[in-house]
Amino acid sequence: MEIKNYVHFEFQSLPENVSFARACVGAFASQLDCTLDDIEEIKLVVSEAVSNSIIHGYENRKNEKVEITVKIYEDHALEMIIKDYGIGIEDIDKAMQANYSSDDSRMGLGFTFMQSFTDEMEVLSKPGEGTSVRLKRSFLKEPEAMV
Amino acid sequence: MDIEIKMIRNTLIIRLKGEFDLVKAEKIRSLTDEKLQEKQVRNLILNLEKVSFVDSSGLGVIIGRYKKVQEKNGSMFIVGAQPVVEKILTLSGINKLVPLFKNEQEVLKI
Repeated sequence: MEIKNYVHFEFQSLPENVSFARACVGAFASQLDCTLDDIEEIKLVVSEAVSNSIIHGYENRKNEKVEITVKIYEDHALEMIIKDYGIGIEDIDKAMQANYSSDDSRMGLGFTFMQSFTDEMEVLSKPGEGTSVRLKRSFLKEPEAMV
Repeated sequence: MDIEIKMIRNTLIIRLKGEFDLVKAEKIRSLTDEKLQEKQVRNLILNLEKVSFVDSSGLGVIIGRYKKVQEKNGSMFIVGAQPVVEKILTLSGINKLVPLFKNEQEVLKI
């Protein structure tokens, strides 16, 4: 499927930039024919992925880099790739389990939310090299029923 | 994020404003915990009327404070959650532990 539009940006691994990242992706996604609720869900998904990169990937180190690529496809699908160059995930299956967190004070719901609000989720990670999360969601409207 | 704190008898009321994410979570956690250490505080009302966004960082703070209030044999309530926030609270199951109410008055009547 052809790409209709895309953005790519990177930013420093600061908690302050989580709201910047979700607002940017939310604004870009609004080019699609979607509802305000859809935009809120996209913002949540981005918030979770970027927070994971900062907290887990970079263990709260502030001078690292998070990259985001967002693509809108001709078939009205939105694809988001959130990438960090942090410590990576040893056991992806375990990390993706609901209620699992490597940090006791957290709920372990990040991946659960990402999965709940998208159609596709792919996590690529290598210990010591970083993690890339690819999320895709279709906004294709069902053809209206013939009257 | 603006935070407003109020005490009514043995109930601590925390009113939040803005987006409840990673950057706000730490601030709210430390501020609430400091207040919860006071002996007379038993119950906690978290007022989310003016909160437009919550993610799992915010939920982590809520669940952590719930555990602390429980240790004190108190009760915790969330009031005024907007539909967009309520959806996340429900999806996470937090609403089964911390009941949701419309406003502070409804809780204080109990």
